[in-house]
Amino acid sequence: MPELRFTQSHEWVRLEGDAATVGITDHAQNALGDVVFVDLPEAGRQVAAGEACAVVESVKAASDVYAPVAGRVAEANAALTETPALINSSPTGEGWFFRLEGVDAAAVAALMDESAYASFVESQS
Amino acid sequence: MADSAAAELLLETPLASLHRELGGRMVPFAGYTMPVQYPAGIMAEHLHCRAAASLFDVSHMGQAELIGDGAAAALERLTPADVAGLKPGRQRYGLLMTESGGILDDFMVANLGERLFLVMNASRKHLDLPAIESVLPAGVALRPLPDRALLALQGPAAVAALATLAPGVLGLSFMGVGAFVVEGLPVVISRSGYTGEDGVEISVPAEGAERLARALLALPGVMPGGLGARDSLRLEAGLCLYGNDIDETTSPVEAGLVWTIGKRRRMAWDFLGADRVRADLDNGPRRLRVGIKPEGRQPARGHTPIHAPGGAPIGEITSGGFGPSLGGPMAMGYVAREHAADGTPLELMVRGKPLAARVAPTPFVPHRYAR
Repeated sequence: MPELRFTQSHEWVRLEGDAATVGITDHAQNALGDVVFVDLPEAGRQVAAGEACAVVESVKAASDVYAPVAGRVAEANAALTETPALINSSPTGEGWFFRLEGVDAAAVAALMDESAYASFVESQS
Repeated sequence: MADSAAAELLLETPLASLHRELGGRMVPFAGYTMPVQYPAGIMAEHLHCRAAASLFDVSHMGQAELIGDGAAAALERLTPADVAGLKPGRQRYGLLMTESGGILDDFMVANLGERLFLVMNASRKHLDLPAIESVLPAGVALRPLPDRALLALQGPAAVAALATLAPGVLGLSFMGVGAFVVEGLPVVISRSGYTGEDGVEISVPAEGAERLARALLALPGVMPGGLGARDSLRLEAGLCLYGNDIDETTSPVEAGLVWTIGKRRRMAWDFLGADRVRADLDNGPRRLRVGIKPEGRQPARGHTPIHAPGGAPIGEITSGGFGPSLGGPMAMGYVAREHAADGTPLELMVRGKPLAARVAPTPFVPHRYAR
């Protein structure tokens, strides 16, 4: 499986061809706590890199989720509507948020790799 | 994350090192660094409190004693609660008032026989204490108790668990209060709390607080709970949070807290801010605090605008979130009086999009106090 890339706002991206799957990191889900609701983007929406396009709500608070790179929303993870706790139990698997199409591979490659993200998280604590 | 400069100004409770040992996630709250949750998480801590017993550190709250003849009468100048009629061994919830009829703070007052014992909000104690001081006649003394910690043990198993250390607590009824010795420590225990469950709050000398907390955590069924669970528990119970749901701009009538005004007090109108309270009662307040249930699963948080369906703004959410025991979103807020009846449809403007909701009775989860 292609390796994940990471943002400073704690999203992950997995690029396959020109399609990118996006979710929030294990660190992010742990910081948020139990997720009770997600507001996901509609298919067909064009998003810019850094644009707020989903909201994740825990018991305590609401947080924005940003598009790590530009693209067009192909699909959102409908399973999260019924079972938002998938974000806690499987943040980089079944808990994915949405897929973007028409993504620039170079933009994904420019994001942090796993070790750079781990160092970033470490530096923030 | 709090920056380190701000963190240095935060106070700690006597249980700070225990919180860290237990894996508490510390956050700034009302000038203190407090555990918002432990590793179990807010959801698990909340559900555990409703199923068994949870220990909360509420040592940030202000504690004080009022001593001397005329203490109750003096306090009644600031609060519409019936303090003079409070029997020894009883506690009561009340409001401290501002001159303009707003709420300075909400507080607990207990009659310990030779003295009154007060518990007030951490964020307001710096205002409450001078306000009380200012109404005291000669011979009545206010003694702040910054050297006492406050622990809340809450949940259906709380009192039975505590009774293994202090059998006398079984004799307390809801809002009963008394002096006890637990683990060799002189404590004041009231059968009360902020969760809607049976339970107690225990005032303990700071130097014994950690020992007591460890003894309570060792009792069967007791887990630590953080501020996050405390907030979702109190919201399910329909209880106000000062600074969110009540403040200096809200009157007791608007806040739906007329029940805290003593019957005798409603004849005499001899408390600070009584004119506004009386006018609100006579004319009906412009707005009212109500419970609100959003449809679906999406929570609406504090400051969310409330509109009439398809229409004009009529109020604002003051507290909102997800109720783990309720299994859905819940909120409270103020709406124009004509929209305050249970079942009235509302629209909550969450991130600019209308979310359908209805005015709902509180508590969202029934109280289970020991009567």
